[in-house]
Amino acid sequence: MMDLRTQFCECFVMPHDHDHPHSHLPSDPALRVRALETLLTDKGLVDPAALDAIIDLYQNKIGPQNGAQVVAKMWCDVNFHRQMIEDPMPRLQEMGLYGRQGEHMVFVENTDEVHNMVVCTLCSCYPWPLLGIPPGWYKSDAYRARAVREPRAVLSEFGVTLPEGKKVRVWDSTAEVRYLVVPQRPAGTQGFSEDDLAALVTRDSMIGTGLAQAPSTLESGA
Amino acid sequence: MSRIHDMGGRLGTGAVDPQDGYDFAEAKDWHKRALALNVACGFLGQWNIDASRHARELLDPQDYMAFSYYEKWMGGLADLMVDRGVVTVEELASGQAAGVSPVRARAAKPETVEAVLMNGSPSAREATAPVFAVGAQVRTRKPARNVAVPGGHTRLPAYAAGAIGEVVLHHGAHVFPDSNAHFSGEAAEPLYAVRFTAQALWGAEADPLDEVVLDLWESYLEPAA
Repeated sequence: MMDLRTQFCECFVMPHDHDHPHSHLPSDPALRVRALETLLTDKGLVDPAALDAIIDLYQNKIGPQNGAQVVAKMWCDVNFHRQMIEDPMPRLQEMGLYGRQGEHMVFVENTDEVHNMVVCTLCSCYPWPLLGIPPGWYKSDAYRARAVREPRAVLSEFGVTLPEGKKVRVWDSTAEVRYLVVPQRPAGTQGFSEDDLAALVTRDSMIGTGLAQAPSTLESGA
Repeated sequence: MSRIHDMGGRLGTGAVDPQDGYDFAEAKDWHKRALALNVACGFLGQWNIDASRHARELLDPQDYMAFSYYEKWMGGLADLMVDRGVVTVEELASGQAAGVSPVRARAAKPETVEAVLMNGSPSAREATAPVFAVGAQVRTRKPARNVAVPGGHTRLPAYAAGAIGEVVLHHGAHVFPDSNAHFSGEAAEPLYAVRFTAQALWGAEADPLDEVVLDLWESYLEPAA
């Protein structure tokens, strides 16, 4: 009898369940990655030096310090704030804060009334140029499952308790738009430089699972 | 109907561990290589981001739950490369290349890879004007499914299927994943941010103040008013 699945394999029009070539790779994940890299290198499809360059970019040049710089500038500079809210991409490109997974940024601001939080329930969408590669918990089943259904319980696991009456608005990144939370500026930071303020803006505060740090945490070296 | 990746609202997953948050610099070496391999293989131009997401979604549910994050990426990548004829199952099984690839000229190059990544790959396209105004009440498709390809890729999560919400943002038109993931063309459509009350999605146990916003393509929506 003819195997219909071989016809499906002619193209990728139909999803093919029960057909998983990856199972032919070694079972140890580190060996699996090495086996695939070696095979693809031998086929001329991968240059290991290009992999090194990709790792260098995401390990050393891109990270939450980029997003923190933008948030601090939004706190200090009214014109910049307006640009980031109305049409952020031209200015972000100028600043070199642009690239894959950050082509369509939307900044969502926390206020006394609303706390914003970002998740990707379907995969792990995250604004790479501004925050780097997502942390493990962001990609976990637990965060993806619960951030939309019980955000306040998730926040409490991060040590965040919101004041009575504050709304939680969760943004599920289902498209190529990437959301970044602008945390509220901490009290007692009048006259701080942008660099001093950026040091208070944590990665988690820009995902919405944390708040910007109070200035005292800097002085105490915490 | 939904596949295992459609995690929103799932019960029984346990607590979130905020310490599970290594910097990429501290990640295991094979995690870094896996990420870089996935990014580099995208340069070959044999698939698109929607197809690569779909390849991970097609992992066997038992694999999906057992695999760590980058194992999912590696599984999806290997399956996609075979699907697209870039490598063969025999090559995967033996580890021996049957020859150099005809698409090797497209391989990511160390001297230009950073510039290409920093140049972005936007999904916004020129397309028809949005049908729904900001403030419009819309209802999402139910069940959440790809209407052109049975079992195919879609970005409407099951938890938001059949719910009524309000358009809060126009994002312009964007490549339509339900089509692009199956190499049926970009078929760009207007994309909206749509706000739902948490109670509309989860019932009375949700906080009456809370809201969830999703980015949804026009064909996922119908007028609710």
